[in-house]
Amino acid sequence: MNAAKEDITEPCELSFDRPADDTLLVRLKGSWTIEQKLPDVGEVQSQVKSNAGVKQIAFDTRELTGWDSGLLSFLIKIINQYANGNIAVQKEGLPEGVRKLIDLAFAVPERKGARKEAVREPLVARIGASAIGAGQSSIDTLDFIGGAFLAFLKFLVGKARFQRSELMLTIQQCGVQALPIVSLISILVGLILAFIGAVQLMMFGAQIYVADLVSIAMVRVMGAVMVGIIMAGRTGAAFAAQLGTMQVNEEIDALQTLGISPMEFLVLPRMLALVMMMPLLCIYADLMGILGGFIVGVGMLDISSTQYINQVIKALNLYHFFIGLFHAVVFGVLVALAGCLRGIQCGRSASAVGQATTSAVVTGIVTIVVATAIITIVANILGI
Amino acid sequence: MPNGLLMSENETNKEPHIIVEDLTMAYGSFVVQRDLTFTVNREDIFIIMGGSGCGKSTLMRHMVGLKSPAKGHVFYEDVSFWETEPEQRDQIMRNIGILYQSGALWSSMTLAENIALPLGEYTDLNAGQIREIAALKLSLVGLAGFEDYYPSEISGGMRKRAGLARAMALDPDILFFDEPSAGLDPISASLLDELILELRESLGTTIMVVTHELASIFAIGNNSVYLDPDKKTMTAAGDPKKLLEETEDPELRRFLTRGKG
Repeated sequence: MNAAKEDITEPCELSFDRPADDTLLVRLKGSWTIEQKLPDVGEVQSQVKSNAGVKQIAFDTRELTGWDSGLLSFLIKIINQYANGNIAVQKEGLPEGVRKLIDLAFAVPERKGARKEAVREPLVARIGASAIGAGQSSIDTLDFIGGAFLAFLKFLVGKARFQRSELMLTIQQCGVQALPIVSLISILVGLILAFIGAVQLMMFGAQIYVADLVSIAMVRVMGAVMVGIIMAGRTGAAFAAQLGTMQVNEEIDALQTLGISPMEFLVLPRMLALVMMMPLLCIYADLMGILGGFIVGVGMLDISSTQYINQVIKALNLYHFFIGLFHAVVFGVLVALAGCLRGIQCGRSASAVGQATTSAVVTGIVTIVVATAIITIVANILGI
Repeated sequence: MPNGLLMSENETNKEPHIIVEDLTMAYGSFVVQRDLTFTVNREDIFIIMGGSGCGKSTLMRHMVGLKSPAKGHVFYEDVSFWETEPEQRDQIMRNIGILYQSGALWSSMTLAENIALPLGEYTDLNAGQIREIAALKLSLVGLAGFEDYYPSEISGGMRKRAGLARAMALDPDILFFDEPSAGLDPISASLLDELILELRESLGTTIMVVTHELASIFAIGNNSVYLDPDKKTMTAAGDPKKLLEETEDPELRRFLTRGKG
């Protein structure tokens, strides 16, 4: 509003007059803009109250030098105040632009029932609602898992529709491109395990068993768990964000209306890629972890390198190796499911994509830890 | 006194508000448009028109400070936007309100919070006053009572109007509309046109509209520039109704008559 900015220095003033017995004349002076400290509507109200017999409020704006939303909001408050009383608000004295905007503001009446009531549900109702929500979400999850399984069956008989190039791209993204971070984390985990073990084993002069400790721990479980957690944070989050954004852009709807199942086209290649890459990454992580232990063993515990390698070979057997691979495959399924599920369930806004990504990582890591516990207990019972 | 009626139709009383001079826009070495020179007067409803992909929206991005020009200047009154101090540039940008194509409301905030954000950042108003002004802006665009809705809970047309309410939050001198009628039904589109006219009349705002919607162009525009996608420059400027009567450029004639002229 141009005029408003010309006389910014002049403060706004409010004064009152009684030109006739039944009229309260409100004088507005100076610049009424939102940069100013505007007077309170209460002043008008107290004038009306203290002057009995006022039947109408009129305005004098001849000395008004500028206005913007500040004045409008002041006037609209006055009008709303006396909307259904017996005091009329005369708008004739207001500038033409102000009158038009006030008319515009009241042109579309507030839609009945549009305003949201802040209703606070009782505790029991909230518990019930979240129980029903949890039930529904587990049904959705089962539905998704079923859909993913059906898509996989279709893939086995060669009928699933998806793009090979997308599969290859996903394999590259969650395979080769994950190698640097997997190397770093696995070597460090190997180092850490070796250090922790060495402190205890040195008390018995049994440093050589650091090789057993690190290699069995890495191969049997830690390699797979570390890769699983890296992939949950890296690839699971990427899946959720990608599919979530596709949901926001209606790309998934576009696939569905073409009769292409998003399960086959989007979820299947991602699941396949991750399930194929996880065991490979796991084997790589195992080697890197053993290398980490080797560095500590040879560099700090005075074990010769041949001795260390021989000890590792003696310690490991194929059971450890296959249990480790089994972990990796399970984690691949879990991380891919979590990422795709949260992506497909995503709402249609930027914040929903954020929630989907967070939820994918959390779900991925929690299910990885739970699955590790279950597999470890079962392996223990079976004695392998 | 902001009295739009006194000045708007008075041809002799025009003062330039935005001047674009010799502007060349490019993405890297790909030139979108070159040698653009035109003047937008105060209280104009200025249309940036042209076929799809001719650089209309890019021109808007250059004028509002989202993209710097490859060559040339954009003047706001006497200030060259791209050569002035950053503080002054911020000042100018704060005086511009923009309605983006799909509203661009922040999805994690309610409509009232969307409008309150600029008010909270740039004014000293207290929370109550900010909420009143947000309610006022929403009622101006016909969304009274929708303060506590999230953008995802309302329809596309309502989102657009809420976007306009946010663009008007700081009472800007200049309003930019990027494809205001895109995605709106004809009635909503013409209501939005009326609203644009109404805002110009009562607030004296200078309005820039990026559009290829002929109905809007003739209904509200009193000045315009036509960007030709093949020649990569402007081929006409002026009142679109007069352009329709007077132009001899076959491309522009085809554009203004929906390919029938």
